[in-house]
Amino acid sequence: MNPYRRSPFVIVATILVYIFLYFPIFGLILYSFNASRTNITFEGFIPAFSDRVVMDGSIVTASPCGLFHWYCDLVRNDDVLEAAKNTLTIAFTATIVSTILGTMAAIALQSYDFKIKPFSQLSLYIPIVIPEIVMGIGILTLFSQFFGWANEALNLTGDARLALGLATVIVSHIAFMVPFVTLVVQARLQGIDKSFEEAAMDLGAREWNTFRRITLPMIMPGILSGALLAFTLSLDDFVITFFTNGPGSTTLPIYVYGLLRRIVTPQVNALSTIWILVVFLAVLLLQMFQNRDQEKSA
Amino acid sequence: MTSEFAVELRDVVKQFVTPEGNLLNAVDHVIMQIRNGEFFSMLGSSGCGKTTSLRLIAGFEWPTEGEVYIEGKLMGHTPPYQRKVNTVFQNYALFQHMNVYQNVAFGLEMEGASKSEIESRVKRNLEMVQLTGMERRKPKQLSGGQQQRVAVARALVKTPDVLLLDEPLGALDLKLRKEMQLELKALQKQLGITFVYVTHDQEEALTMSDRIAVMSNGKVQQMGTPVEIYERPANRFVADFIGESNFLEGTIKSLSKLEAQVFIPSLNTEMNAIPISQGLVNGEEVVVSIRPEKVRIVEESESKSNLLLGRVTDTVYIGADTHIFVDVNDVKIKVWEKNRMSRLDPESFYSVGQEIRLVLMAENTLVLKKD
Amino acid sequence: MLQRLRESKSAQGTLLALPTTLWLFVLLILPLFLTLIVSFGKRSPDGNVIFTFTLDNYLRLLDPLYLQILSRSLTLAINTTVLVIFLAFPLAYFIARSRPKRRNLYLFMVLIPLWTNFVIRVFAWMMLLRKEGGINIILGWVAHSLNIPFEPLEMLYTPGAVLVGMVYEFLPFMILPIFTSLEKIDISLFEAAADLGANSIRTFIRITLPQSMPGIVAGTILVFVPVMGTFLVSDILGGRQVILVGNLIQRQFLDARDPPFGSAASLIIMVMTVVVTYFYTRKFGFGEEIVAA
Repeated sequence: MNPYRRSPFVIVATILVYIFLYFPIFGLILYSFNASRTNITFEGFIPAFSDRVVMDGSIVTASPCGLFHWYCDLVRNDDVLEAAKNTLTIAFTATIVSTILGTMAAIALQSYDFKIKPFSQLSLYIPIVIPEIVMGIGILTLFSQFFGWANEALNLTGDARLALGLATVIVSHIAFMVPFVTLVVQARLQGIDKSFEEAAMDLGAREWNTFRRITLPMIMPGILSGALLAFTLSLDDFVITFFTNGPGSTTLPIYVYGLLRRIVTPQVNALSTIWILVVFLAVLLLQMFQNRDQEKSA
Repeated sequence: MTSEFAVELRDVVKQFVTPEGNLLNAVDHVIMQIRNGEFFSMLGSSGCGKTTSLRLIAGFEWPTEGEVYIEGKLMGHTPPYQRKVNTVFQNYALFQHMNVYQNVAFGLEMEGASKSEIESRVKRNLEMVQLTGMERRKPKQLSGGQQQRVAVARALVKTPDVLLLDEPLGALDLKLRKEMQLELKALQKQLGITFVYVTHDQEEALTMSDRIAVMSNGKVQQMGTPVEIYERPANRFVADFIGESNFLEGTIKSLSKLEAQVFIPSLNTEMNAIPISQGLVNGEEVVVSIRPEKVRIVEESESKSNLLLGRVTDTVYIGADTHIFVDVNDVKIKVWEKNRMSRLDPESFYSVGQEIRLVLMAENTLVLKKD
Repeated sequence: MLQRLRESKSAQGTLLALPTTLWLFVLLILPLFLTLIVSFGKRSPDGNVIFTFTLDNYLRLLDPLYLQILSRSLTLAINTTVLVIFLAFPLAYFIARSRPKRRNLYLFMVLIPLWTNFVIRVFAWMMLLRKEGGINIILGWVAHSLNIPFEPLEMLYTPGAVLVGMVYEFLPFMILPIFTSLEKIDISLFEAAADLGANSIRTFIRITLPQSMPGIVAGTILVFVPVMGTFLVSDILGGRQVILVGNLIQRQFLDARDPPFGSAASLIIMVMTVVVTYFYTRKFGFGEEIVAA
């Protein structure tokens, strides 16, 4: 019996589900070449390679972008660029901090018993089982009460006033990313025999050296996985960012949401398509990296 | 040497909480004194506390009660890297991402030794374990025996006062194991370092050790030289655990310092024996023990005390010995006899159903506490 | 002092865990307590909080209007989860039983939609479900070629649209954990079952399904919890017609500026999700497959 054989029902269902997954994406990409500015119906592809484009029945002088008119528009859109910059800044910063914090916590939980352990474990467990919105408004409440009080008490005005912004977003992201990093690193730690660390200490390595020379190389794949997960979570986040951002700290998801509630030109589709492309390349790179890693350890 | 003993455990207790939530004494009031330069073994089956005791010496665990001394210094909560002892682990624990040279050099690096010093010492130690030329190999590329040698070299390169070995030969096949036993013993003699060796293999312990501590349930059952352990087991557990013994239950009828008379109800006879366990009293219920190879088979004419008449129920030919199982009054006695004569004649071997006379010489018959 | 630290394992553990624990205390525990306190407060005229003690906010939630919202959220969460399980399972099964070389490709194809931003995916469905959108276009072609009169369907701004959007959003979150637990099943188990006379259906019920339970549990937690708190999907795809608890809370905080009432609602759904998750994992075990990455 061929172990790889699957029933026709399974195969058909699989194909249908894959179509279900990709159909919307396909639609999205298609409309990014829409020759209609209002983007309600598809008016055909923007004629390529011409600097005079007919759109919505009127002639518009387009940039040499032709078919990629909306993509070029994006590049000239300062709001998008700023949102993209913010998104990346937040993601990088939050990832670095949460990875360090999460790794430390994972080691503590895995290898030590200490008084506040149950409390630490509970705090790390909570964000996974409550809806993001609960955490979001909680943090918003905290900030608004605290800022309100601090601005009054310290008599801050104008630019010195504490308010929602990049910092509040980053700090909040770290809070909800740390549990995931800890989970991933802890899982990796569990697979590692204690005797390696004991051997190192037996041979004279103190705590820091043991960690740096022995433990760290062994858990590095786990740390990288955790960091990658954290980065993705931050990049993608909507809810927490929604409640903790302020003027000047808009991220891409927030920006897109804003557009969706107002006008939806194909520019949004172009943005989406670029995003999808970046993700595609990232996943590709990741798979290639994983395959090479697997071959090395074989 | 600043102290009388290399390692001392004074009334040490190590308590753990089991998954079910109970308290377990893995090491239960252990008193041990290990002399400088000796090959000391801790012998017992899994869970007896031997590995935990070793870890208490190494510093991976700290005692719940009692004290651990190394070279006369109280260890308390001193971490492993501050103790002048090194460990050879059961699974070797070689650093997989480093090669042989780096593994062995690691301990010296931690000491801050100079590059040239590290080079010469590593080279010398690899020579000592016959692994010269393997410096660049990674642990994965070595055989089990080679990995084990790297582990030994890595531990010894730091010239510790005491070397701890946690069942280091367990993963090797029989032939290699026997070779390594001899090598390790020779190494110890050559270096003069104290070796503390943990094993569940009695033959290994008896072969290699200067002294053995037999352990069970976290307690030391007996501590002594191989001969002492084997010929004068302190209690029933040791007599049973080491080698084989015949056990007969009885009551002491008379007792002096050098001899005892014990009545064995199952044989309906009185036997002469020597008292071994401490604190035996007249009238006490005890166990009489004699090893199978010490039971003599005698001809009709001889009659000595401790004479038993029985029937052969089974014989097993082992080559150098024959194991004869005898039924005396429904009591099973094991007798091992050396095959001193090279014979093929079936008549010369014992047959099932044959009547047989056994003599248990008083000086080979031991009186032990019933526990 | 460093020596004292070296000799205390418990102190080392505390030191390592402290930064994270403090961070979470300030940004998770404290906010939750604050939410609790605020939920007993009153709304001030300028949209701020007057700290007092009143149960008004919770009592207000007992109003049929709000109970309806709560039950709608719960129903949606359950429906989404069940639907997602049914759709995810065949795909996960397919991938788990495919040749190892192809497996990465299939997973890759699941990961791409997953990593594409949440908001973008909702937007995609918004475009499809509109009167002039993709679905109606296709239905129109089909009807046209069959010569049936066709009126474009009003799909946007209905509960159905929200359900579809939810299912689409969370499908990958169920596929991966189920796949992870199915993958662990040794191929030879299936051969053994066939050898012992079990047909496909029995093999499925007695072997495949039980083994996949950890994955299903993990996936359920990853789907049910977010759906309970969602407001984006219902906002974009449901508009004014479909109001979930998430929307309610969002509005209280931003539009109506009634933090106490919003806080009360927020705590109620938190309690609901924790209770459901607790009993669910008690019965089915906690799926370690949450580490789907």
